[in-house]
Amino acid sequence: MGGDLGFYLVQALTGLSSASALFLVASGLSIIFGVTRVVNFAHGSFYMLGAYIAYTLIGHLGGALGFWVAVLLAGVAVGIIGVVVELLILRRVYQAPELFQLVATFGVILVIQDLALLVWGAEDLFGPAAPGLEGTVNLLGTRLPEYDLALIALSLFVLGALWLLFQRTRWGTLVRAATEDREMVGALGVNQAWLFTGAFFLGSMLAGLGGAAQLPKGGADLLMDFNILAAVFVVVVVGGMGSIAGAFLAAVLISELGAFGILLIPQSTLVLMFAVMAVVLIFRPWGLLGRPEAPGQHGQAGPPEPPLRPPPPRLRAAGLLLLAALLALPAFADDFTLVLAVEIAIMALFAASLHFAMGPGGMVSFGHAAFFGGGAYAAALLVKYAGSPMEVALLFAPAMAGVLALVFGWFCVRLTGVYLAMLTLAFAQVGWSIVFQWGEVTGGDDGILGIWPSEWASDRLAFYYLSVLASAGGILALQYVLHSPFGYAMRACRDSVVRSASIGIDVQRQQWLAFAFSGALAGLAGGLFVFSKGSVFPDEMSIPRSFDALIMVLLGGVKTLLGPIAGAVTFTWLQDEISRLEYWRLILGALIIAIVVAFPQGVAGFLRARAGPWFGIREMEA
Amino acid sequence: MTPANGAGADRGDGRGDGRGAGRGTGRIGGAAAGPELDGRAGPPGEPPRVPLLEVRGLCRAFGGVRAVDDVSFTLDRGRLLALIGPNGAGKTTCFNIINGQLAPDRGSIRFGGRELVGLAPHRIWRLGVGRTFQITATYPSMTVCENVQMALLSHHRRLLSLRGRASAQYRDEALALLERVGMAEQEDRPCSVLAYGDLKRVELAVALANAPSLLLMDEPTAGMSPGERIELMQLTAGIVAERNIAVLFTEHDMDVVFRHADHILVLDRGRLIADGAPEAVRANPRVRAVYLGSEDVALA
Ligand SMILES: Nc1ncnc2c1ncn2[C@@H]1O[C@H](COP(=O)(O)OP(=O)(O)O)[C@@H](O)[C@H]1O
Ligand SMILES: [Mg+2]
Repeated sequence: MGGDLGFYLVQALTGLSSASALFLVASGLSIIFGVTRVVNFAHGSFYMLGAYIAYTLIGHLGGALGFWVAVLLAGVAVGIIGVVVELLILRRVYQAPELFQLVATFGVILVIQDLALLVWGAEDLFGPAAPGLEGTVNLLGTRLPEYDLALIALSLFVLGALWLLFQRTRWGTLVRAATEDREMVGALGVNQAWLFTGAFFLGSMLAGLGGAAQLPKGGADLLMDFNILAAVFVVVVVGGMGSIAGAFLAAVLISELGAFGILLIPQSTLVLMFAVMAVVLIFRPWGLLGRPEAPGQHGQAGPPEPPLRPPPPRLRAAGLLLLAALLALPAFADDFTLVLAVEIAIMALFAASLHFAMGPGGMVSFGHAAFFGGGAYAAALLVKYAGSPMEVALLFAPAMAGVLALVFGWFCVRLTGVYLAMLTLAFAQVGWSIVFQWGEVTGGDDGILGIWPSEWASDRLAFYYLSVLASAGGILALQYVLHSPFGYAMRACRDSVVRSASIGIDVQRQQWLAFAFSGALAGLAGGLFVFSKGSVFPDEMSIPRSFDALIMVLLGGVKTLLGPIAGAVTFTWLQDEISRLEYWRLILGALIIAIVVAFPQGVAGFLRARAGPWFGIREMEA
Repeated sequence: MTPANGAGADRGDGRGDGRGAGRGTGRIGGAAAGPELDGRAGPPGEPPRVPLLEVRGLCRAFGGVRAVDDVSFTLDRGRLLALIGPNGAGKTTCFNIINGQLAPDRGSIRFGGRELVGLAPHRIWRLGVGRTFQITATYPSMTVCENVQMALLSHHRRLLSLRGRASAQYRDEALALLERVGMAEQEDRPCSVLAYGDLKRVELAVALANAPSLLLMDEPTAGMSPGERIELMQLTAGIVAERNIAVLFTEHDMDVVFRHADHILVLDRGRLIADGAPEAVRANPRVRAVYLGSEDVALA
C-alpha cells in the first residue's frame, strides 16, 4: 500500500519536474509575445542554446557552486543573444505589415542550428549530473532523483520571482500594462524600445535557463529546438497567452498528464495532451488564465487590403505568358531544371493554399504541413496497402487532407489570431508524431518508399506536365473560389466578425469550410510531392515544412495574390542552390534575415509598389 | 419570421402619407415641433395585439457593473422607438443582447412571438432583425457596393456557393439600396476610405438588404452634420412607414430624437427611468435630472 502511494507520489513529482523546462520556456515566449506581439519561433533555439552553453560552462567551472553558476550564466548569455537578435533584426521590422517578424525569427532558427553544429558538433551531448544532487531520495519506498526536486524548486522560485517582478516593480507593471493595452503604454510616454528589449532579454533568459537546467536530465542535442516548440505552444495556448500563472498551470497539467497518462495507456500521452487541449479550448477559448485577443491584432496589421478586382489585362497576359513559358520549358531545360521546376510548382500550390487561409481567410496556420504531409501520406498509404494507381491516389490525397483539416479546423476556428495559429502548429505536431511513432503502418522514420507515378506519367516529361498543370489548376481553383460568393463570405468574416454575424453569416462554419478547402489543396500538393520523389517521410509533416510554406507566403507578401508564387519560386530556388553547401542553414538563415531587413514590406510588396502600376494594379486611394 | 410586408402595406401606406406630409414641412423649429410630434403619438384607437418586439426583465452585468438592469419594453411595427441615456447607460449593451451578440444574465426577448435569447446573431438576422453599429462595422477590403452585395448574398443563401463572381451578383439590388441611402455615386470606392457619416449610410443599406422587420440603429447619425442627421432620420422614418417595419435607435442629438421618435425610453446606469411619448419624457423631472449639466443635450 505504502509502495503504491509512494509510486504515485514519485510519478506526480516526476511530472512536476518535467514541467519546469516547459514552464520556463513558455513563460518566456508569453512575455515576449505580450509586450512585442512577436511570436518568437526562435524560442526553442534559445532553449537549445541554453543547454549547449551550460554544457560548456559547467565543463570549465566545475563543482556544485560552479554548476549552478554555469546554469545561471547560460541563462544570462542566452538573454544577451536574445537582445542582440532584437536589436539587430526585429527592431527593424516591428512596423512591417502582417507577421513578417516570423520570417526573421525563422532565419534566426536556421542560423542558430548551424552555429550550434559548428561549435558543439553533431553528436548528442550527455548532461553532467549536478554535483551534490546525483543521488535519489526514498519517498515511501520509491526512489526519486534528487535533481527532480531541484527542478521543482527552480520552477517555483522562478514563478515567485516573476510574480514579484510583475507586481512589485515599475518595470514589471509596465510590462503588464503593455501586455494588456499597447496603446496605453504609448500614451504613457514610456520608452517603448527599452521595454521591448527588456522583454526580449527576460524571455530569452528564461528559455536559456530552462535549457540549461534540464541538461542533467535531457542533455543537449540539435533537435531540441523544434522538439520543445510544439509542447510550448500547447502550454501557452492552454494557459493563456501573456499569463505567467497560466503558463505554470498548463505546464504542470500537461506534464502530469504525461506522467500519469503513460501508466494508463502507454503511447497515449500525445492523445491525452491533445484531448486536454481540446477540452480546455472548447470551454475557455483564451486559455485557462488568458484574456481574449483584441481583434485585428494578427494578420491584419497595416493598411487594409484594396478590394479584389479581376486581374487587369496586362497581369492576365503576364500570367498566360508564364504558363506558356512553363509549358515550353522542357524544350530548353535539362533534367535538373525540370526537377526543380516541378518542386517549385508543387511548393507554389502549397504556399498558395496557405495564403488562401491566412491572407483572405485571416486564419494564420503555423502547421499547414499537417495537410501537405497528410495528403502525401494518404496517397502513399493508399498505394502501399491498396495498390491503388496514381490517379486515384492523387484524388485521395486532397480528400483525406480535407477531412483532416475539417477535424483540426473544427477546433481551430473557435480561436482567432495567434491562438489559432499556435493550435494549428500543435495539431500538426500531433500528426507528425503519429506518422513518426506508428512505425508498423507508416514506416516511422524510414518513411514509405517506392511510390511511383503510373506508367504514362513515369517519364520525366510527362510527370513534369502533370505536376505543373495540376499545380497551376490548384492555384487557379483557389483564385476562382476567392472570387466566388464563398470566398467573399470568407473574406467578410476576416474583415469583420460582428458585421458578418449580423448579416447572417455563420462565421465559424464559413471559416471552417474555408480552412478545409485550403487543407485539401495543400493535400493535393502533398500528393504530387510523393509521386515526384517516390517516397514520403515524416519530415513532410514537420514544423520546418510548415515554416517553409509560411516563409514563402510571408516573403512574397500576404496582401498580394502573386505573393505566394513569388515566395515559392524565390525560396525553393534559394534552398536548392544553397542546400548542397555544408552550412547551408547558416547561409539560408542569414539570407532570409537580410531579405527581411532589406524589404520590410515583403518582396511582393516591394515589387508591387515598383512594377504594379505598369501591370495596371490599382493601389489604394489615399 | 413574419413576412408581413404585404399584409401591413395598407396601414403602412397610410402612415407613409402622413410622414410624407411631415417631411414636406421642412425644417422644424423647436416651437413647431410640439404639434408635429403630437400627431405621431401613436394610434390610440387600435385594438391590442402581439407586439413585434417584447423585451422583458433584461439584465446583464459586466463584473460588478450592471450594464442593463431589468429593462422591459415593447415595440410595434411602424414605430420609431428611441433609446436614450448618457454614455455608458447600457444602450449598446441592450442592442448587443437583442441581436444575439451578448447573452443576457436574465430576461426574455420575444420577436414576432419567438424567443431570441439563446439564438446566435446570424440566426436572429435571418428572422428579420437588421443592425447598424455605433462603431461602424463594414468590410474595409470591399467596395461599398460589395458590402451591400455581401448581405444580399447571405439573404439569398448563396454563402457557400462557388458559382460565379460574387462582385457581379445582386449588383442592381445593391445599387438600388445604395441609391436609397444616397451612396450610389460612391459604390465603387473601398469602404476603408469613406468618411464616417458615409459609412453609417452604407451600414443602413446593408441592414436593409434582407428586408428586416426590425431595425436596430446604434447612433446612426454619429459623425454627420446636423443637416445630414435630419436627412438620414427622415429617410429612416420614410422606410419605416413604407415597409411598415419597426426601428429601435439610440441617438445623442435630442433634436433628432424628439423630432423623429414615436416613443422614448430613457436609460440611466442600466435602469429604465422613463418610458413614454416624447412630450411626457421631455417633462419628466428624473430625465431632466440625468441630463442636467450635459451641454450637448438640449432638452428644453
Ligand atoms: N464588453 C464589455 N465588458 C465590460 N464592460 C462593458 C462591456 N460592454 C459594456 N460595458 C460597460 O457597460 C456599461 C454600458 O455600456 P454601453 O452599453 O456601451 O453604454 P452606452 O451604449 O449607453 O454608451 C458601461 O459601463 C460599459 O463600460
Ligand atoms: Mg453605445
